[in-house]
Amino acid sequence: MDFDDTAEEAAFRAEARAWLRANVPTEYEADLRSSPFGRIALRNRDIVAASKAWQKRKAEAGWACLHWPKDYGGRGASPIERVIWQQEEGIYSKLSSLFIVGHGMCGPTVMAYADEAQKRRYLPPLAAGEEIWCQLFSEPACGSDLAGLRTRAEPDGDDWVVNGQKIWTSHAHLSDYGILLTRTDPTVPKHKGLTMFFLDMRSPGVEIRPIRQGDGQAEFNEVYFTDVRIPDAQRLGRPGEGWSVALTTLMNERLSIGAVMPTGFPEMLAFCCTPGPDGRAPVDDSAVRKRLARWAARSSGLRFTAQRSISAMSRGNMPGPENSIGKLVAGTMMQEIAGYALELMGPAGMIAGGQFQAMMLRSPATRVEGGTDEILRNIIAERVLGLPADIRVDKDVPFNQIARTG
Amino acid sequence: MNFDFSDEQRELRDQVRRFLAQHASPRSAIAAGGHDPALWRGMAELGLLGIAIPEEYGGAGAGYLELCVVAEEVGRALAPVPFSSSACLAAEFILQAGSEAQKRAWLPRLADGTAIAVFAAVEGVGDAAPDRIAATVSGGRLTGIKSPVLDGGVADLGIVAARGADGIGLYLVDLRGAGVARSGLDSMDPTRSLVEIRFEGAPAEPLGEAGWDTVERMLDRAAVPLAFEQVGGADRALEMARDYALERVAFGRPIGSFQAVKHMLADMYVSATLARSNAYWAAWALATDAAELGQAAASARVSATEAFGHCARNNIQVHGGMGFTWEFDCHLFYRRAALLATALGGPALWEDRLVAQLRAA
Repeated sequence: MDFDDTAEEAAFRAEARAWLRANVPTEYEADLRSSPFGRIALRNRDIVAASKAWQKRKAEAGWACLHWPKDYGGRGASPIERVIWQQEEGIYSKLSSLFIVGHGMCGPTVMAYADEAQKRRYLPPLAAGEEIWCQLFSEPACGSDLAGLRTRAEPDGDDWVVNGQKIWTSHAHLSDYGILLTRTDPTVPKHKGLTMFFLDMRSPGVEIRPIRQGDGQAEFNEVYFTDVRIPDAQRLGRPGEGWSVALTTLMNERLSIGAVMPTGFPEMLAFCCTPGPDGRAPVDDSAVRKRLARWAARSSGLRFTAQRSISAMSRGNMPGPENSIGKLVAGTMMQEIAGYALELMGPAGMIAGGQFQAMMLRSPATRVEGGTDEILRNIIAERVLGLPADIRVDKDVPFNQIARTG
Repeated sequence: MNFDFSDEQRELRDQVRRFLAQHASPRSAIAAGGHDPALWRGMAELGLLGIAIPEEYGGAGAGYLELCVVAEEVGRALAPVPFSSSACLAAEFILQAGSEAQKRAWLPRLADGTAIAVFAAVEGVGDAAPDRIAATVSGGRLTGIKSPVLDGGVADLGIVAARGADGIGLYLVDLRGAGVARSGLDSMDPTRSLVEIRFEGAPAEPLGEAGWDTVERMLDRAAVPLAFEQVGGADRALEMARDYALERVAFGRPIGSFQAVKHMLADMYVSATLARSNAYWAAWALATDAAELGQAAASARVSATEAFGHCARNNIQVHGGMGFTWEFDCHLFYRRAALLATALGGPALWEDRLVAQLRAA
């Protein structure tokens, strides 16, 4: 039992470290370190421009999209090498958040389903951060029940005509392209009538509106489609096979392990150890210590669960559904921590703008986005523990006959 | 990196699991006062009792990772043996703090199972602490009452914390000798013996130069395999609940198809997984003498206590009324979880130790 690299891993790490040492944009380091949860801001430069510049520099040196083939702008690296890269990139990986969806989900889907000319056209600029991609899946009426989506695509000559609405689309307003899951046949059961496309986000009829969130921020968008024409050549997979294409996209999400989700624990520990004007710190109270200890153990539990997954990758295994626990634990934990910090502040907890207030307001989203707590529990129950799948009353019913909200 | 047990350690695990599945019967040990001597001998013959004791003292000299492997299986099987008390805690006291003569006298006997040793510090309600120790040693004679002492009814040797001329010291006491009277206590977990021991001028030999700082160190070292014992129990309780949820049909479906049950089981899996990962960290720290042993051991202990309690409680819940019968083993896991939660100091003690480590880090 050890945390040591194999000889190959150590060599890779040394190479990555040497390149990073010579190339990281140190001018942003302080801002990246101090940026609060969910909000990255640079004092002297636009974050999008800085992110694109860093991605470009990595791509030119062969350090972009490490797990992609070289022909498509990647490095052809192994999964464990990708993890090592993330560890070494450290704080600067915050500059990659703009590309997470494109690199982690859109790119692999294009790679699996587009034709060779398209792959050569679209993947290298995506890897290099020259073009940004978004994922258009969720809709107002379907989140967890993704296959219940209603955005319609109807064939018209060599094109498809799309009408409908997507929601929770990260970075849609910055994106050049998107992958879009649509319903092409409402007369068959819901999983069977879906088709995937990719489209130019500047196509006529695409309208992007930011969503003002409960915490006052606007990280996501609504995207409206009004008679948007997409060439049939931009279909990914056969008509009606959109669900299995979407599963390819979602499976790739799992590969991005290695980075442990923020829980708010280090901030909470520091807060609890800071004495007030009377010289007493919250940690002097045994009730506070009890909570801190439980959170500390959950926090280290997550950290070392990730280390076990990385070890499994190092042996050549692919990450499985057990990796669902990271977000499940971290989301609730951050919400609990933030709530308790506010309690400890007393009436001062009412004042918005502090780090715990920001966590308190943002953490409900963590428990919903990218698979709700309930969906994650289902995944663990079904795919890890082998319990029966939920009974689905709409599984074999034509989509246009399913009961629906509103 | 390989943050996991090796192939050889996994083979050991499989071997111990097979052996305990065949020979460990917690129920049969209840009538026998919470110990199965035949099982203990069998474990000794396999070299499991001295697995972390160096060969020069009659052990197998394997190591602490192997000790943790065995502890996990003991927990899984609810083995009715004083493994955590004798092989993990008492043997470690002697190995780390005993004189050369004491090591030569006792470690071979602990390894071959002909002697059982226990640590006795607690006197009544509350975790052991120096200012709670009233037992005294004077002129090589020990007087006082230790209660409760886990596995004390079947032990031959006590490592007793008592107040001597220079403060708190640790003393080896022959529990079968003069001046020692043991009376059985009703154990929350009847598969493990629990007693009160009265010492009235019992001959007591200082354990090396050990004092309370030795106790502090040994708590960390023993917490690691104990956490594995708890993780083993948690995992088995989760498996029992999962199997029953698949088999039991109500409202025309296996109860494991109801989300209320599925989500309960998913949460059990989460706490068992976090506990296992913390336990691996602690095992690594123990095996490599890492500076973070204190933090890792306390994390493992806090996490494992939470997980075993959680899984044992919900295992009964998933079993419904059947889970509350004497015939089903659910209550035995529930009892063992409660016993181990406080055996080496209760949750509050370990929570405080963990926070102290975090502040020092």
